Amino acid sequence: MRVAFTLNGRKVEWCGLPATRLAAALRDDLGLTGTKIGCDAGDCGACTVSLDGRQVCACLVAMGQMDARAVDTVEGLAAKDGALTALQDSFLAHGAAQCGICTPGMLMAAHDLLSRRAQPNRAEVEEALGGVLCRCTGYSKIVEAVLAAQTKVTAIAPSAGGAVGTRIVRVDGVVKVTGRDLFGADVMPADALWIRVVRSPHARARFALGDLGPLRARLAAVLTAADIPFNGYGIYPDIKDQPVLADGQVRYRGEAVLALVGVRTDVLAIRDQDVPITWAPEPPLVGIDAATAVDAPLVQADKPRNLLLDGGVRRGDAATAFGRCAAVAEGTFETSFVEHAYIEPEAGWAQRVGDRLEIHATTQTPYMDRDEIANVMRLPPEAVRIVPTACGGGFGGKLDLSVQPLTAVAAWKLRRPVALVYTRPESMAASTKRHPARVRAKFGCDATGKLVACDVTATFDTGAYASWGPTVANRVPVHAMGPYAVPNVRTWGEAFFTNGPPAGAFRGFGVPQAAIAHEAMMDELADQLGIDQLEFRHRNALQAGDTTGTGQKLEHSAGLAQCLEALRPHWRKAHEEVAAFNRKDGPKRRGVGIGCMWYGIGNTSMSNPSRMRMGLAADGTLTLYNGALDIGQGSNTIMAQIAADALGLPVAQVALVTGDTDLTADAGKTSASRQTFVSGRAAEAAGQDLRQHILRLANAGADARLSLDGAVLTVRDGAELHTLDLAKVGPLMGEGVFDPPTTPLDADGQGIPYATYAFAAQIATVEVDIELGTVKVLRIVAAHDVGKAINPTLVEGQIEGGIAQGLGLALMEEYVPGRTENLHDYLIPTVGDVPEIECLLIEDREPLGPSGAKGVGEPGLVPTAPAILGAVHHATGVRAHRVPLLPHRLREAIVALKGEQA
Amino acid sequence: MGDYRQPVRLEEALEVLVRPYTVLSGGTDFYPARVGKAVDEDILDISRIKGLRGISSDGTGWRLGATTTWSELLAADLPPLFDGLKQAAREVGGQQIQNAGTLAGNLCNASPAADGVPPLLALDAEVELASRDKVRRLPLSSFIVGNRRTQLLSDELLVAIHVPRSTTQARSSFLKLGARRYLVISIVMAAATLEIAEDRVQTARIAVGACSAVAQRLPVLEVALAGEPLDARLAEKVQRAHLAPLTPIEDVRGSADYRLDVVVTLLRRLLAEVAS
Ligand SMILES: Cc1cc2nc3c(=O)[nH]c(=O)nc-3n(C[C@H](O)[C@H](O)[C@H](O)COP(=O)(O)OP(=O)(O)OC[C@H]3O[C@@H](n4cnc5c(N)ncnc54)[C@H](O)[C@@H]3O)c2cc1C
Ligand code: FES
Ligand code: FES
Repeated sequence: MRVAFTLNGRKVEWCGLPATRLAAALRDDLGLTGTKIGCDAGDCGACTVSLDGRQVCACLVAMGQMDARAVDTVEGLAAKDGALTALQDSFLAHGAAQCGICTPGMLMAAHDLLSRRAQPNRAEVEEALGGVLCRCTGYSKIVEAVLAAQTKVTAIAPSAGGAVGTRIVRVDGVVKVTGRDLFGADVMPADALWIRVVRSPHARARFALGDLGPLRARLAAVLTAADIPFNGYGIYPDIKDQPVLADGQVRYRGEAVLALVGVRTDVLAIRDQDVPITWAPEPPLVGIDAATAVDAPLVQADKPRNLLLDGGVRRGDAATAFGRCAAVAEGTFETSFVEHAYIEPEAGWAQRVGDRLEIHATTQTPYMDRDEIANVMRLPPEAVRIVPTACGGGFGGKLDLSVQPLTAVAAWKLRRPVALVYTRPESMAASTKRHPARVRAKFGCDATGKLVACDVTATFDTGAYASWGPTVANRVPVHAMGPYAVPNVRTWGEAFFTNGPPAGAFRGFGVPQAAIAHEAMMDELADQLGIDQLEFRHRNALQAGDTTGTGQKLEHSAGLAQCLEALRPHWRKAHEEVAAFNRKDGPKRRGVGIGCMWYGIGNTSMSNPSRMRMGLAADGTLTLYNGALDIGQGSNTIMAQIAADALGLPVAQVALVTGDTDLTADAGKTSASRQTFVSGRAAEAAGQDLRQHILRLANAGADARLSLDGAVLTVRDGAELHTLDLAKVGPLMGEGVFDPPTTPLDADGQGIPYATYAFAAQIATVEVDIELGTVKVLRIVAAHDVGKAINPTLVEGQIEGGIAQGLGLALMEEYVPGRTENLHDYLIPTVGDVPEIECLLIEDREPLGPSGAKGVGEPGLVPTAPAILGAVHHATGVRAHRVPLLPHRLREAIVALKGEQA
Repeated sequence: MGDYRQPVRLEEALEVLVRPYTVLSGGTDFYPARVGKAVDEDILDISRIKGLRGISSDGTGWRLGATTTWSELLAADLPPLFDGLKQAAREVGGQQIQNAGTLAGNLCNASPAADGVPPLLALDAEVELASRDKVRRLPLSSFIVGNRRTQLLSDELLVAIHVPRSTTQARSSFLKLGARRYLVISIVMAAATLEIAEDRVQTARIAVGACSAVAQRLPVLEVALAGEPLDARLAEKVQRAHLAPLTPIEDVRGSADYRLDVVVTLLRRLLAEVAS
């Protein structure tokens, strides 16, 4: 069918199948990949465009309906000369785009509103953006950007040495607000073959493949386990337990069984029922109790008791110390599988280049991908090149392999480029999840409210494969006593295999689950003794000079007490307001709660070095070769700010080469909140190293001031002026490496697991509808000790986005295989669910960090659920022992509590 | 690859339907059911049929054309009788969905959680079904027969929804409970229309959705409300026993007990709102 329509003001003609979605036609046929596809089902709004002046989801519009209509996409916003609209400028200035995958949809939804109402109010903005999900920002900065779209902003342009600490616009921002940023699905070569993965509909089954001959005749290839050179992968060098394609047996619903490779429409046209697989389903092990039952079958034959790993921390004598306590609190808390729900599904493509493999994909960890693919392909690591695309959100979920191994195997075998984009249900079924946890906690304190002892056992459902399970089981015992000085500690972490989806890394590595338990205990102890909940925490807060549960003396930068002090006036005010509100009768009851956390930055007791390079080319181009991947959190900008200041040139002059394993050095993975602290410190060292070269060449002193104009580098040393012609002396290269100093933990978990820790405390005010069991979070005040905020806007963005995810964890998110495998049954917060957030940045300098900085990527999320659940308790008397606290669970608990009281 | 027909006249469309075609309207239920799948069925796109557009009225009532979108409904100048339906429209998905999704699509898709159904039941709406050979009208309450099942025959189109005029002053309202603010499938929802004479309820029509395979009217409650004064005490009339027609299930959104429990609250709030 031929349709003629207006696209961004231009008349275009399109020819194709009329049922083709507008989103697909724009992206695949009309070359406009600014319109994103996050679900193809209307649920995420990433594909929002303006159709005849009204926002619609381009994934729900048939091309057959497009004749004579007018569509505007993100690419049409900016003027022909590239001048951005006020709205786009406002998005940049407010830091409204993080990963940027939702940004085109957000912009088009806001554009629709602003074309109707130039000066909308907050409620109107929320209504207009209600259909676009963002997983990164927590929406605050997006709403602010839309509200301020009429206000002219002047961008900050710090001079040499002045970048750190300023709110410069993210260096990769313009491509994100114009739709030009290229994500995993945006870079597919036109001639690529496509893969469709056939996945298990069963959580546990044996299967036999029938005659694949007929399918093979229709397609370029049908890959099975037999085609994978080494059919096992996994995060740990000694645990390669997850097959790329299952071999006769599946262990979770969604596990990959076959890969159909061929022309895109051909592989899509083959339905699962056309593929000859005979299934013999077996009863799956669901949940921890099933996996630990005495007669439980094994998920993996060589893992006795279904145990992946256990271990703990022991200091003092907790068991006897409880006897001396004036107050003791105990409780068990359970959490569910939680889905990362990044708006960008897994996507990428691979090609064989001679005897090398090149993989372009969305990822958080190019070097781990490289080594893992080399292992799967039985190639040397140097034979694999990973070229990361922009990453539309990761949160830990893109630390594991997804599209990489299958595209690699197919491209290698067929010598053709091969592409794979997960559908949303596929992304949700196949990818890793947050570990469901059962945390049993017991805490005791003396009569003055000083903590004396704690005993915490955290049991995790690690799903079918190990993934990051060991990391979670290791990290949690170190953190499970909370950010408090507790002399007698016994903590234990253990993870069991089940037939659930593999539980992996998700913002916080198990610590958010443990925090729900230790914070509930703090509230209960404080309440027992009649001590204010904030003051109780302040009394126990770890401070510089204190010794942690692992026997580590904290020398510096332990700012929890400062966080609590900053929150104190907010806490009092919130309590007064809530008390005033609750004096009125009615079904709505309000409450205030507080949560605290600490978080070790980087790997637990393991080396995790980063290496950075900064070069000045002969033509004067200044480049930071940056292996640290920006997954939206802003590390590109942070690294540039740090390195520019270390070198002494304006940050605007720094160009970036990011992630490509052929062009950058290994800066580790973007996880464990480590990039600012570890890679930032390496970037600082690289900048300093380059500076040293320059000073040596110019024979100038340490305080000399640099300026760069084309290929001429000027070094001003007091009154003396040296000029260096880079065409002659270049290229110059500086290098920096940093590996945070840690020590292994002994059998009792004693040692130095992390070089530094972030601290935070948050207050939540909620309103509970007692009759319905619904919770509306009204306000959150978040105080975070970040050491130093390299870019306060980006730091706030991490905190706000973490809070939105923490809210989801507390109140709505529960992944149930087979039941919540899409974004309408699996709920993440919308713009209407995230409250007003106030961030208070505390800067207790960490001497090891770049300019004193630590990390903030995960900490934002950790205290949120405890604060919300504490507030619900304050409002209702109900202590949540299971999250998410869905309306029906809360209502049932309220009714039960009333029954007890009556 | 399937056929794609896009008639502009209703007669042509009905001619096409002599053989089975899948009807495509706003596409907001059609496409989500086909994620990752090739779309290869024969499609009848009804979006360009003039006769299915728009809202009109005459002495007997209103005619809502089948392809009326939620946004068009919201923009239409309609009496307070339609307040409940408009409240429902505002709660359907986000604005993108409201701009594309149609009322008739919502009814034909026949999800137990379709937000359009309870308010239209409470309006005593009828659906007009046309095939090449005949036109028939059915009360909405008998049109939807089960979870995603309707009385629509394969050669029929739903061409319009008819809402009768009430003889007296009438008010309506709608309440939806979901686990988040926007883009949410209802856990339960309820709609009420009260016809009022001399500050008393003359007739009440109450419907509840997502608590049974098909949204249900609550006749015993309706009778209990008739004749009652229109004031705050109206809400107190709601009793658990009135919920007998409901047969909620347990799913990821809530337990069956919870649904029955909160329906009482929603109904009380709804009546308090309409009464005030
Ligand atoms: C993200 C999202 C959120 C949503 N939120 C809600 C919500 O909150 N509440 C809610 O109730 N719904 C919701 N929906 C569902 C949907 O938007 C509505 O049901 C919508 O009204 C369907 O109308 P449509 O025109 O898009 O239908 P289509 O998708 O075009 O068609 C739906 C079905 O009805 C048939 N059909 C359509 N029109 C006719 C006709 N005139 N005659 C015969 N058959 C016909 C089609 O064949 C198809 O089977 C949501 C959908 C999405 C994608
Ligand atoms: S891709 Fe269209 S709404 Fe998600
Ligand atoms: S910035 Fe919104 S999803 Fe990443």
